[in-house]
Amino acid sequence: MSARRRSFGVGVSITALALLALLGWSVVYPNASVIIGSFERGLDDWRAFAASPADIDALRGTIIVSVGSVVAALLVGIPLAFLLTRTDFRGRRLLSGVATLPAALPPLVGVLAFLFLYGESGVITRVVQHLFNLAEPPWTLSGLSAVIFVHAYTMYVYVFLFVSAGLERYDTTLDEAATGLGASRTLLLRRVTLPLLTPSIAGAMLLVFMSALGSFSAPYVFGGGARVLSTQILVSKLNGAMGLAYVETTVLAVTAVLALFLLRRMEGRRAYAMAGKGRATRTAIRSRLARSLLPIVATAIVILLILPHAMVVLVSFARDGAWTTQVLPPEYTLDNFRRLAQDRDLWQPISNSVSMALVATVADAIVCFAIAYVVVLTKAPGKRLLALLSQLPWAIPATAIALGLAATFDRNAPLQLRVLLVGTFWILPIAYFIRNIPIVTSAVEGSLRQMDPTLEDAARGLGASRWLALRRVIIPAARPGLVAGTMLAAVAAVGEFVASVVLYTHANRPISVEILAQLRSLSFGTAAAYSVLLIVLVLLIVVGARWLEGRVADGERVIQAA
Amino acid sequence: MTSPLTRGEAGALVLEHVTRRYEGNAEPAVDDLSLTVAPGELLALVGASGSGKTTTLRIVAGYEVPDSGRVLLTEPGGATRELTREPPQRRGFGMVFQHYALFPHMRVDENVAFGLEARGVKKSERLARAREALDGVGLGGKAQRAVQALSGGEQQRVALARALVIEPRVLLLDEPLSNLDPTLRQSTREELRATLRRSGVTALFVTHDQEDAFAVADRVAMLQKGRLLQVGTPEALYDTPATRAVAEFVGRAAVVPAERAEERVWITIGGVALNTLARHADGAKEKQVLAVLRPESLELTDDEKAPTWRGEVTVRRFAGGHAVYRVRLAGGVEVEVFGHGEGVREGDQAGVRLVGIPVATVPA
Repeated sequence: MSARRRSFGVGVSITALALLALLGWSVVYPNASVIIGSFERGLDDWRAFAASPADIDALRGTIIVSVGSVVAALLVGIPLAFLLTRTDFRGRRLLSGVATLPAALPPLVGVLAFLFLYGESGVITRVVQHLFNLAEPPWTLSGLSAVIFVHAYTMYVYVFLFVSAGLERYDTTLDEAATGLGASRTLLLRRVTLPLLTPSIAGAMLLVFMSALGSFSAPYVFGGGARVLSTQILVSKLNGAMGLAYVETTVLAVTAVLALFLLRRMEGRRAYAMAGKGRATRTAIRSRLARSLLPIVATAIVILLILPHAMVVLVSFARDGAWTTQVLPPEYTLDNFRRLAQDRDLWQPISNSVSMALVATVADAIVCFAIAYVVVLTKAPGKRLLALLSQLPWAIPATAIALGLAATFDRNAPLQLRVLLVGTFWILPIAYFIRNIPIVTSAVEGSLRQMDPTLEDAARGLGASRWLALRRVIIPAARPGLVAGTMLAAVAAVGEFVASVVLYTHANRPISVEILAQLRSLSFGTAAAYSVLLIVLVLLIVVGARWLEGRVADGERVIQAA
Repeated sequence: MTSPLTRGEAGALVLEHVTRRYEGNAEPAVDDLSLTVAPGELLALVGASGSGKTTTLRIVAGYEVPDSGRVLLTEPGGATRELTREPPQRRGFGMVFQHYALFPHMRVDENVAFGLEARGVKKSERLARAREALDGVGLGGKAQRAVQALSGGEQQRVALARALVIEPRVLLLDEPLSNLDPTLRQSTREELRATLRRSGVTALFVTHDQEDAFAVADRVAMLQKGRLLQVGTPEALYDTPATRAVAEFVGRAAVVPAERAEERVWITIGGVALNTLARHADGAKEKQVLAVLRPESLELTDDEKAPTWRGEVTVRRFAGGHAVYRVRLAGGVEVEVFGHGEGVREGDQAGVRLVGIPVATVPA
């Protein structure tokens, strides 16, 4: 990396310091405020936390949900990854096509779909009830196991993607060597394949653990009597017990950072470079039984994966209030969508979400490009700290970030660097902006690291100003990552729920919060119509990014040819 | 106690009419191949890439199942076992992979002990035997190292020890020397042959390099497009190649049209016909044959009276002890000729004649 020393002028130093100040103010300060706030009354709030059965219950619940979600996601994701990368069977392509579908559901929408499908009056629940002539629903979708069930569906995708990628890189001659030496299938898996996939698995576990730890919507909707910290924080805040909320937030954040530390170590210690050409071998299934069963199983999985999406779309056409005891909604209408377009009050969440996501994403694009530039291409002072701070929001659950903002920017106190943002339009875009700093920065850094660093020197050597070099050489090189990163940021921002529900006001409520409100008033059709709209927005963003990437690809080729 | 690098009696490996086709390819990768590797013999399977040698090896190892034909193992007692559909883990063969396929997450001794672990040998014993096997390849001192910390040559020896420690009935080697640099390759060849000889194992060794094959193997089998062209000792392949492909693969040769005349052969280049004693290949029954002109069967001459082929020296290369001249003869035929300190330079006109040692012929 020594080749990556680059220009180091006054401008770069000022930029670096400005970025450090910005991250210090928006990321470090609020979280520090929370920790300090938890000690505002000495250890009283900590004692209250330790003495409160509800809080201990919530901590236990959080850990059970996180660990349970990791286990469930591994149990679904690993076999599916092996099946789709290592074997060939009829229906494989279709299954790989939809395997990542759950990740495309905005968090609250997935929860909504599960409610429609597997809730007490859900379609599947009722079908089973009718089939077996049961007086009661066969199950209730509530408690920690329900939360883990929903998480397994949405989060197995991380495991699936990481392990699939690991298997693509996997040198299968290692497996051949092991079987040639007499290893049974179990020994092979236990001693060779799984140990070598550890980095992939650990990376995915980390992602699932962090997502489950901070998850809000599933526990909020399905938790029933069960508590987890992320929802408990909101309860404390609404009860006005801010000190306790700070303690809960601190505990949650510390748990997250600990998990991050532990799993990163596991990930790093087991990383091996694979030598060899790594033939990708997809074997046809030999057993006749498996060969005839697999397409059926695959079809069943495909249906399971598509059902939530299909259900949301179906319910969005259901007349509010008409769906009571029937298996499927009895009446269909376009009214739900019509009302969204005509009723100004109903339209507002949509325009709120779009404008807030836009503001946050533009800010992410500019700031994160600057961070990535400083970190990758300069020797500016404090660049290591900058790199660390840019990844910090990732380790802190969204509820904690939101509470930090609420605790810090609740008054105007210029000397303390506090500005009143709570209750204004700006508080949510700032929360979205902070949450998406890590993803956009990493994506841009990825692109910049692939650029030959001498290109900037070459441009400057040819007489280009710093600005011209930036515009003509560096930005084009950064564009693939910038496009991908901002796309993910925009998708996350437009459907954001967890931070929003802590910080929203009626005037700036986003779609996700409105979906919850509609759900509470049992307007399932309207809630589903919002969800469909949200899915459409996400699709538009993805398609837009693809189109941009296509145009970038031409520029890319020029850069690579150079 | 026997060293893990020596074993009891070896079996014979027999391939009978083995054919393997891949979906979408018109030509079979291995085409009706029959081959026997005698007990304790080192047989090299050579051929260009795509000749089917690796597929053959994978069929023997059990990673591929042939579409037809059989793989048999004759036990020392005389009993014959069919292995065609036996999975690799039940064949009891050892294999050295081209890129060694050492497990990157295990230490050197753990790698070597893995096959024993699969056989349920308890930990202390298997590590002790692994250590012994490593001693056998001169790596006893590096047993505790990470495999990544070893050089390419050392990794190759670990792979060899790992394959031998299980006392395999047959040892398979897939291009085990191709990842080594040229100087290391030279010494490793000799070590490899010595180790294999010492262990007495029946070995099938795949390589695209004729020199590797000649240096290590007792016999060499040459494949082309999945078919066996010839199998025999290195000397047999060199002196009496069965086909033009074998002649050209094995050593340097100019293959030119010729006419068979009993025990002799007439070779006409640029209108000048010379004749010499011939070793006719079995298939070269017709009058029109091809003669294999090896550098040592030719010499440069400045005798203008005797009939010689004339041409221009295009390349002169000193090869230590002798010089090699490349001469472009009339009619565009290029031959290589061994010579000594002749004062001939590039661009000079020179005469080339036959030395008189027998010249091999192959079917046209």
